[in-house]
Amino acid sequence: MPRIVHYINQFFAQIGGEEKADIKPEKRDGFVGPGQALNAALGGAGEIVGTVICGDSYFNENLEAVSKEVLEMIRSFKPDIVVVGPGFNAGRYGMACGAVAKIVDEELNIPVVGGLYEENPGLEIYKRHGYFVATGNSAASMRTAMPAMAEIVKKLIAGETPTEGYVLKGLRQNYFAPERGSKRAVNMLLKKIKGEEFVTEYPMPVFDRVDPQPAVKDMRKARVALVSSGGPVPKGNPDRIEASSASKFGKYSLVDIVDLDSTNGETAHGGYDPVYANEDLDRVLPIDVIKEMVAAGQIGSLHDFWYSTTGNGTSVANSKQFAKEIAEELLRDDVDCVILTST
Amino acid sequence: MKLEIGNILIKDVQFGDKTEVKNATLFVNQKELAEIAGNDDRIKSVEVFLARPGESVRIIPVKDAIEPRVKVEGDGGIFPGFMTGVEQVGSGRTHVLKGAAVITTGRIVGFQEGIVDMSGTGAEYTPFSKTQNVVLKVEPVDGIKQHEHELVVRLAGFRAANYLGEAGKEVKPDEVKTYETKPLLQQAAEFPNLPKVAYVYMLQTQGLLHNTYYYGVDVAEIVPTFMYPTEIMDGAIVSGNCVSACDKNPTYIHCNSPVIMDLYEEHGKTINFLGCVITNENVTLQDKERSSNMTAKLIEFLGAEAVIISEEGFGNPDADLVMNCNKIEGKGIKTVLITDEYAGQDGGSQSLADSTPLGNACVTAGNANQVVVLPPMDTIIGYPEVANLIAGGWEGSLRPDGSIEAEIQVITSATNELGFGFLTAKTA
Repeated sequence: MPRIVHYINQFFAQIGGEEKADIKPEKRDGFVGPGQALNAALGGAGEIVGTVICGDSYFNENLEAVSKEVLEMIRSFKPDIVVVGPGFNAGRYGMACGAVAKIVDEELNIPVVGGLYEENPGLEIYKRHGYFVATGNSAASMRTAMPAMAEIVKKLIAGETPTEGYVLKGLRQNYFAPERGSKRAVNMLLKKIKGEEFVTEYPMPVFDRVDPQPAVKDMRKARVALVSSGGPVPKGNPDRIEASSASKFGKYSLVDIVDLDSTNGETAHGGYDPVYANEDLDRVLPIDVIKEMVAAGQIGSLHDFWYSTTGNGTSVANSKQFAKEIAEELLRDDVDCVILTST
Repeated sequence: MKLEIGNILIKDVQFGDKTEVKNATLFVNQKELAEIAGNDDRIKSVEVFLARPGESVRIIPVKDAIEPRVKVEGDGGIFPGFMTGVEQVGSGRTHVLKGAAVITTGRIVGFQEGIVDMSGTGAEYTPFSKTQNVVLKVEPVDGIKQHEHELVVRLAGFRAANYLGEAGKEVKPDEVKTYETKPLLQQAAEFPNLPKVAYVYMLQTQGLLHNTYYYGVDVAEIVPTFMYPTEIMDGAIVSGNCVSACDKNPTYIHCNSPVIMDLYEEHGKTINFLGCVITNENVTLQDKERSSNMTAKLIEFLGAEAVIISEEGFGNPDADLVMNCNKIEGKGIKTVLITDEYAGQDGGSQSLADSTPLGNACVTAGNANQVVVLPPMDTIIGYPEVANLIAGGWEGSLRPDGSIEAEIQVITSATNELGFGFLTAKTA
């Protein structure tokens, strides 16, 4: 019998309302509260073996630590599927349901099923981590929410991938179409010419744009750092930064380097002929020139490290994460400006 | 311009004393082929292998795939500018060993070469698991630079394909298809009531191992130009690049350019297919602006009402795709775009490096970052350890049991943006 663990808050566990929102996580065997309806709706296809309960305020005020604590409680029941909520339009409960979905998805790698109102902020943040049924905005819709969630659970138990009945996770998923790409393009063009309705296979994203910072007033006083997506690394690529689709960035001291050449540097980037970069890596990361400028007093000072990754095929999500971490280090060292080289 | 394509269906490939086609089998004289392919002072050795559909064979790293063809009537030869002079090709008659392919492999040139598995999960993603493959493992002399290494292997593949193609010269084809595009005014007049459609054929030309050639000219050096669609069937466009394996266009696919074939399928029925504009994907902004301006102008000049635009590669060329789309739509001409996606391994990231609201009709060849596990194979032709180096792989991609965990980016033509494959993606 597939094992299900249910996460709910203090209110639905009938411990109490707002005055009990600060209770710490606890676990109980079997179902509690709305779990009874879920268990019944499953009709014996699966069984709730345990319930984990936490107060909404306590969860949100201690998000990281509580997530881990709740995860361990869930893990102790050895679940096949985890169900969260439904949290309807309750803000803090929705965030808690989402955070539980995230940590279960990432750490246990098992499916999560939940239920949230479409405007619950937890949905937008965490929808990619579970199959969230769109519920009404209050517990009055429990009667429809629970059977809808049970349907998804039953599909998962049957080994199927749910294709409907939940809020799309927003993840791009590959599949083989019945016709090849060129034929699909011709068919789409025919429809577009005739003014018939057609469905694009990829809705183009709306991009965020970064406004340029004001110019540095006096470079003679500025602290400068070098960051590159052109893959400049010490000879041998010690961190094994990938040629494409980088999963990490490297941080390397430039204190003892006056000039880069074929003995102390190379590129990890797979998107261009590396011959010229490997001959003289200053072409990608101009350490020689910038040190001359510092010595001549044209630039105030230099941050001690350079940061490097390969931009080639690297996802925007990874790039954003690298940038965030690099920027925090630069801010800590009072860096005023960055020379950002690419290829 | 009118071309007859005679397809000689090849269902098996074997070594034999004489290179010939008999009973749908391509027999290959191994020694003779190795000598002809290896006829270059810069080549140290050529080994020839066979790889058939369903076999437990992995070819890695794959550089190019080429279809054996031969000119039977009409001007020029296959791969003008490389294997012959620069006569205008695309008319007369050409025979094709349909179902056969030459695959080139050998020491790695750049980071961006591919994998062809003849069975298992990987075979589902590459079209070259369905062809009877003659595999050339080409090793250049020591000390050769990457760009020359690429050239040497490319030419060896062309020599091999043309040598095999000759075996089909006197063979009666199993089927003959005729493709014709007339001079513009005649073509426009032939089907006056059908919508006029053209094809914008974007070619990878970022340079530094990212090159495509038209009659031997590096396409980075051209301004966009008109092309009769049949020219590609005689090898007017060839690949010379080491871009990620999943979405670079091998020479084989240029010769069978699928948008052209599928537009011809509708030609005279639902559309009037006027022809192609080939354009490049250069790296400077000025080049991008010039080429997209020229492309939009030529499409207008043709009098096309609608176009398909296909991309090659990703990232930087996404900007060319978007510029072409904006400028052509800006002239009131409808567009459909073909691209692929880099949405991250979880599919949660945005897929393109550039975007436009006018790109509202988009065909995708799938998310190249999707991770797959390719099972171990009994026979490896080439160098399995490069799985850790090529774009889409990482340190540890090659596992101790010989299986490979990597993004489908490593698989040759997995997300082909000419629309050769069936893979696509949806938001789930």
